[in-house]
Amino acid sequence: MTAPFRDITPAERARSTSFYEASARTRLELLLDAGSFVEFIGPEQREISPHLNIFDLPEQFDDGIVVGHGRLDGAPVFVAAQEGRFMGGAFGEVHGAKLTGLLRAAREIGRIPVLILFDTGGVRLQEANAGELAIAEIMRAVMEARAAGVKVIGLIGGRSGCYGGGGLIAGCCSALAVSEPGRIAVSGPEVIETNRGVEEFDSRDRALVWRTMGGKHRRLLGAADVFAHDNVQDFREAALALLDLVGPFGLERLKAEQERLADRLRRYGACLDAVDIWTAEGIAHAETVPELPADQFIALADRIGRTSRDAR
Amino acid sequence: MTLDDVLTSLFPDGHEVRNDKGVLLGSATLRSGASMLVLGVADRTALGVDEALRLSGQVLKSIDRGQGPILVLVDSDSQRMSKRDELLGLNEFLSHLAKVLIHADLNGRPTIGLLYGHSAAGALLATGLATRVLVGLPGAAPAVMDLPSMAKVTKLSMDALEEKAKSTPVFAPGLSNLAQMGAVHLTWSNTISLADQLEALLADMPAVQDRRDVLGKERGGRLKAAEIAERVRDLALQAY
Repeated sequence: MTAPFRDITPAERARSTSFYEASARTRLELLLDAGSFVEFIGPEQREISPHLNIFDLPEQFDDGIVVGHGRLDGAPVFVAAQEGRFMGGAFGEVHGAKLTGLLRAAREIGRIPVLILFDTGGVRLQEANAGELAIAEIMRAVMEARAAGVKVIGLIGGRSGCYGGGGLIAGCCSALAVSEPGRIAVSGPEVIETNRGVEEFDSRDRALVWRTMGGKHRRLLGAADVFAHDNVQDFREAALALLDLVGPFGLERLKAEQERLADRLRRYGACLDAVDIWTAEGIAHAETVPELPADQFIALADRIGRTSRDAR
Repeated sequence: MTLDDVLTSLFPDGHEVRNDKGVLLGSATLRSGASMLVLGVADRTALGVDEALRLSGQVLKSIDRGQGPILVLVDSDSQRMSKRDELLGLNEFLSHLAKVLIHADLNGRPTIGLLYGHSAAGALLATGLATRVLVGLPGAAPAVMDLPSMAKVTKLSMDALEEKAKSTPVFAPGLSNLAQMGAVHLTWSNTISLADQLEALLADMPAVQDRRDVLGKERGGRLKAAEIAERVRDLALQAY
């Protein structure tokens, strides 16, 4: 094999790279304009978690998150990407503080958007108190940034999904793009099963996990605005589209969200399974939704037309 | 303290706070004559989609029609762990409650959380940790996650976890550990009038700025968070 990438453009490489499989750094490299990414507090500074050694666990020099700035179609953006392969992308003290600092700067500047590439199981339990509080600080910083006019876009399609407090931060974002393997939830399948029993939720039933928490269900509910193919280029295009669509945040958004969520409870509050919800949405043969190829699914989701970008 | 004890001591002149299946909704009049929105979760109730939406709706109504500070009382379980809640998008309902509280706080309706019992995980994020000042009462027992779930996720034995929990504030459940992190701003006394302590706090509310990371550093619980956040902020500001 000689120089296999020589004739491949960055966009082609991004198109052929699975977002799910890629590392946080590769995602950022291919998501942003070529060569534009600059990291803040990179791994060379070795800012590791001060807590993992208590559990004899290995540290990582970036504590599982990459933050910095770059360009998207020429326009400046702040970015944060979690590394789902390190401690499940979980929020610890250092990990969370990097994102908090980034959001605080974005609020002060007021016009540069923030992209968050979620890939997280939630709080890092070995430093649970610090991680929980980091999430609270990030939620506050997201809302203060949005109140100052900053657009905060979440991209969800990683191995670890977007669970626990990550799901709550995602709920604070201006808009979300999600791919099929991107899962969004608070309690993970294993946690529900441990607490409530296998009758409540069988965590080994992967089909149940995907249709309850997966990207397709979240898109059909309107919890995510764009359904992306599992490649980095598609997430880049989704981010650009969402940056165009998102309007200013204010009280009217929160009132609209209250109504949007109340409407969801009225319509689907008695449904026992995602298939029941999809059927109630008017989808014929709803049980085939999990098998639909992405293009057909996107056409279906667009026809159902549930969005949340004006109501979140 | 029980909920009745807390409410009686907070509002000796009476209150109109109702407890409807663990969801607290109502208001009270402060000794200054000012009115206060009071809401929260009681009886160690899990915070699910239905409860969260009622609470956020009450805050939004109060933003339109009311004034004065907002008190969030917390004695909850964690978020409700169920298939139905996750199916319906529990993360959005919990975020929405937090967002409404944060919005109120940023717009002239200062928020105070009062943790008087248990709370955990997503329920704490959507209530007490979304207020400007979180107060703890002696006997409060917050925990980010219960130890059996932690054991499952960390694949450590319960014995090992319990041993480490005794010596490690950054991970172990408990009010004093959360206070050391900077999550709980102050702990009130349960032997003097809560009304007096509430009045003193309202007379001297800290600025709206989130300084919990600085507090955590001063108290020795989180030595790195404030510094890391500040460094990233500086670098980002220098870039533009």
